[in-house]
Amino acid sequence: MTDAALIAGATQPSGPGHASGSTPKTLAAAKRLKARHAAEFRFRLYGRTAIIVALSFLVILLGRIVSQGWSTFVQNRISVAVYVDPAKVDARALNGVNWDYMISTAALAKLGLTDDDVGERSGKMSALLSPALGYDLLKKIKADPSLIGKTVTVDGPIGADAGLYYKGLIKRSTAEGDRRLDDAQLGWLDQLKAKGQVTSKFNTDFLTHADSTQPEQAGVAGAAIGSALTLIVVGLLAIPIGVLTAVYLEEFAPKNRWTDLLEVNINNLAAVPSIIYGLLGLALFINMMGVPRSTPLVGGLVLALMALPTVIIATRSALKAVPPSIREAALGVGASRTQTVFHHVLPMARPGIMTGAILALSHAMGETAPGLMVGMVFFSSDLPRGFLSAATVLPVQVFIWENASERAFLSMTAACIMVLLAFMILMNGTAIYLRSRYERRW
Amino acid sequence: MLILMVLLALAALSAGAYAMGRRKARQATAGAAGRPHSLPGYHGAYVALWTGLPAAILLFAFVAFGGRIEYALISADPPPASAGITAERMATYYGDVQSVANGQSTSAVVYEGAAKTAFDAAVAHARSTDTLARLLAAAAALVLAIGGFLLAFPKLSKDFRARNRVEGLTSAVLIVCSVVAVMTTLGIVMSLLYESLRFFQAVSPLSFLFGTDWDPQIAMRTDQVMTHGAFGAIPLFAGTFLIMIIAMAVAAPVGLYSAIYLAEYAGRTTRAVVKPALEILAGVPTVVYGFFAALTVGPLFRSGFNALGAQLVGGPLNDLGLYLGQVQNQMALVAGAVMGIMLIPFVSSLSDDIINAVPQALRDGSYAMGATKSETIKRVILPAALPGVVAALLLAMSRAIGETMIVTLAAGLQAKLTANPLDTVTTVTVQIVTLLTGDTEFDNPKTLAAFGLGLTLFAITLVLNIIALRIVQKYREQYD
Amino acid sequence: MSYISKDPSNPSGSPMTTPERHQGDHADGVPEIRLRTAAIGAHADAPTGTLKVQAKKINVFYGAKQALFDVDVDIPGKAVTAFIGPSGCGKSTFLRCINRMNDTIPGAKVTGEVLLDGEDVNDRQIDPVTLRARVGMVFQKPNPFPKSIFENVAYGPRIHGLAAGKADLEEIVEASLKRASLWEEVKDRLNQPGTGLSGGQQQRLVIARAIAVAPEVILMDEPCSALDPIATARIEELIDELRQQFCIVIVTHSMAQAARVSQRTSFFHLGKLVESGSTEEMFTNPKDSRTQDYITGRFG
Repeated sequence: MTDAALIAGATQPSGPGHASGSTPKTLAAAKRLKARHAAEFRFRLYGRTAIIVALSFLVILLGRIVSQGWSTFVQNRISVAVYVDPAKVDARALNGVNWDYMISTAALAKLGLTDDDVGERSGKMSALLSPALGYDLLKKIKADPSLIGKTVTVDGPIGADAGLYYKGLIKRSTAEGDRRLDDAQLGWLDQLKAKGQVTSKFNTDFLTHADSTQPEQAGVAGAAIGSALTLIVVGLLAIPIGVLTAVYLEEFAPKNRWTDLLEVNINNLAAVPSIIYGLLGLALFINMMGVPRSTPLVGGLVLALMALPTVIIATRSALKAVPPSIREAALGVGASRTQTVFHHVLPMARPGIMTGAILALSHAMGETAPGLMVGMVFFSSDLPRGFLSAATVLPVQVFIWENASERAFLSMTAACIMVLLAFMILMNGTAIYLRSRYERRW
Repeated sequence: MLILMVLLALAALSAGAYAMGRRKARQATAGAAGRPHSLPGYHGAYVALWTGLPAAILLFAFVAFGGRIEYALISADPPPASAGITAERMATYYGDVQSVANGQSTSAVVYEGAAKTAFDAAVAHARSTDTLARLLAAAAALVLAIGGFLLAFPKLSKDFRARNRVEGLTSAVLIVCSVVAVMTTLGIVMSLLYESLRFFQAVSPLSFLFGTDWDPQIAMRTDQVMTHGAFGAIPLFAGTFLIMIIAMAVAAPVGLYSAIYLAEYAGRTTRAVVKPALEILAGVPTVVYGFFAALTVGPLFRSGFNALGAQLVGGPLNDLGLYLGQVQNQMALVAGAVMGIMLIPFVSSLSDDIINAVPQALRDGSYAMGATKSETIKRVILPAALPGVVAALLLAMSRAIGETMIVTLAAGLQAKLTANPLDTVTTVTVQIVTLLTGDTEFDNPKTLAAFGLGLTLFAITLVLNIIALRIVQKYREQYD
Repeated sequence: MSYISKDPSNPSGSPMTTPERHQGDHADGVPEIRLRTAAIGAHADAPTGTLKVQAKKINVFYGAKQALFDVDVDIPGKAVTAFIGPSGCGKSTFLRCINRMNDTIPGAKVTGEVLLDGEDVNDRQIDPVTLRARVGMVFQKPNPFPKSIFENVAYGPRIHGLAAGKADLEEIVEASLKRASLWEEVKDRLNQPGTGLSGGQQQRLVIARAIAVAPEVILMDEPCSALDPIATARIEELIDELRQQFCIVIVTHSMAQAARVSQRTSFFHLGKLVESGSTEEMFTNPKDSRTQDYITGRFG
């Protein structure tokens, strides 16, 4: 086509609809544009799908844990009136009395049954009740020996398997051989419930007890106290050391090879796998320095080293956010460098530092692998007493219960996770609150 | 208890020293002409620091290393022959003595008869040593405190440069703090190297790094020959790599597309909802993911594959069907997929930062050319952000390699050299946990092997991290 | 074969046809430019005084803040129109209305009509993607993509599918770089990154990138404010050449620059259009006292 033709085409009066849609060229262009918009639509769809996938993972994960764990927070309790037969109780050897047998026969009697000759029936009943009932009775008699010969009402949690039945987790429809309770036991449980012997309430034992071999007796309090003690150690070490290191690097350190190295080193430490810190703790603190194993002290030391780079990095960015004009103003009125930093810069950076520190603590709280390395896989039915008494921590408790064989521990593992997550959400929520409350834009 | 009381006493002494120092400074300047060099408070702080600091350092050193010194002292006496302690059991024996003396639980070993008497005597000895050591430490701390005070107090005068001294000390404290970070790295390297070297004395590094047979089951009895264990780590590396690849196959696309959507498409409300949700996902402890993998995803995948296998059996894919029919809960795919979920927020938040660092001018330039959003992202933003995105993926890989709990709970213990994601594999971190959980004695290759693995793990992740951080740094400099 | 695309919504009647290549003309060095000049010149040959862009009652809001108030501007087809005014007066905001770049700012809202060849660009029927191919833009800071010089210029033709093949694309790139008087400086290093050029070269590269898609209008948002005087002079020269074929709208801080390069000038103040007219008249005989004050340097 010639230039003249082009000109002729171009000088035609313009207006909407002028471009004829019939030429192959415009058709191709329109098609191309359509394809481009389709590509745009697909790309946006991929992005949206990715977000939805990520969010649904979160929902499934949390939903699954709640659905597995909720039943632990409901406790079925039974109260049984027991006649303490003086003929069977030797007041001088109370510990030797078979209290469990006494309670289970009393429970059988409630259903109008008596034990058989070989004690199979009372054994089956005993399996439905928690040993806690026996301890409770023993305690009552010890406190008041005059109760011997009278009828005492004991009240306590029902056995773990019986609890699972009440919560619908052991089903009658399952073949008898495949479940831990047989048809007779399920019948008894139904009758006990019908007679009003069994009540259900919020499971405070779970939140106040230490670990136990009996699922219905076990609780997270031991691990929670262990976690708290550990976090105190972490906080006391990592926060001051981390903040001061950051202050040094950001405000005092000259720019030279040494500080460059320090910076690279800190950034790398933040990305070292946590299990490596566990190995360090094992070799350095336990093997070389003789810090006692399994204690909140050694756990805290290891986690403090792990949290340190996070605190340093958070503090540095908080210090960086304080505008240089503040420093210049303070130096300008004759304050020393130290006074400038400690009187002006640090207080202004405080919200950011606190947020970073809380997040670092929350992260340390959820760490499991270093705990495994320094022996926090520790079973204790007593609450930890101090920094030097052996203890476990919440995430390690999750690990311990997860490996337990009893079915009831499955729900308790999930419940323990719920407690752990509740603490972490509390901490993170505080951090987010601090950030939004005190964050200042310069 | 005693140490705590001494610490409190030190605090009180320092407070007193502060008050005295300040008063002296005030008196010295009250009558004199001209302004004093430093505020009275700095004089007080100077004296207080000299009073409290050296003594406190001594006490902390005692708490940190005292146990070790006491151990040396009590184990210097050999146990009576009646205790029947062999040379190999000495460490355990004295460890027990010390824990019992400290009022901790007795160890698994039960001492009876003459051994019990000897043990009790050793415990009593340890207790008296401990008491003596504590008294000595407390006395030394008090002497240091008083000495420090006597040294510092007379120096105060109107022209004394107390502020400079205090500030000098402050910077010294700052530098000491920053050294902790370096010491941590050194500590990691030294302890891993030291224990690994001991391991490599028993097992050659070549057979460790390139051996294909991993079976560290060594009986604790001394009459068994150590070389019965096989320490070829290749199956562990392969398992780690397989799980990492699966995890990245999940995390990279989902994380990257999420980041792109959040950075380029999402409105303010979407970001306000999705970002905190991703932060929650990132904050979930790994043991929780492990629980989820082992008890939800594992059984789900298994029943899915088993059902699929049942469909295939008898058809043209009969063999595959039979194989799928007997797939177990613990497989690389489960651990990898759940680890991928864990890494999504990690990849997404790093990439989000990286994409946001691409200057707006480039976007404007592209839009002004008539590019659509996706064209702008694919042809301008992603190429510009590529180094940063690569670094983010490297960091995610390093996390995947070092991740412990998910694989411990969901991958398995069997060291198999396989590329089949439906098979059970084991990883470096799982083996470290297995080797070190329970009673650990630092005298057999089984325990030391964990440090060999740890050293390898540290080296690999360190290289990945250094490369990634270097790229990120270069990238940020480019757009600063 | 064509590198001058035409989408169906384009009502201007710019060429849709395939220009023949005159391979023999390469002897004189700039055959493609002549070709393009002919093509685009044809379209610019519309009777002088034809309005290319007409803005009617434009209001722009950024969130709750109103940035422009009832602006009416007429922009002629074959000339340079300058927008002047103090910082924050809305001249850049208005510029971004013409190619709908305000769409990319969250919370921005535009009301009123911007007619490009009589068609409202804010119409729902108008695709901003094709609109921006017709209305190119050059920004304050040179923003070459982090790609090679070649790829920078080839970007537009690639995304709009203007080149039929590799050779075709190379010709477009060469012609555009020549048009932007950058060819001689970069022809030996087309594969080096565009970010490695000097500021002035980068800005010319960005102009080459813009003209590679054969737009009808080129918007320039303070194109010289980041450049030194010599680079500025070259860009101004280039603008003067380009106005033969393109409708150019330039926002500038510098009144001297407006006087040098533009034929028409509009003065913005506090989000309002104060005065529009021929540049000569504006600078010699302003009608509004605010214009008078601004051009004599009493504020701004």
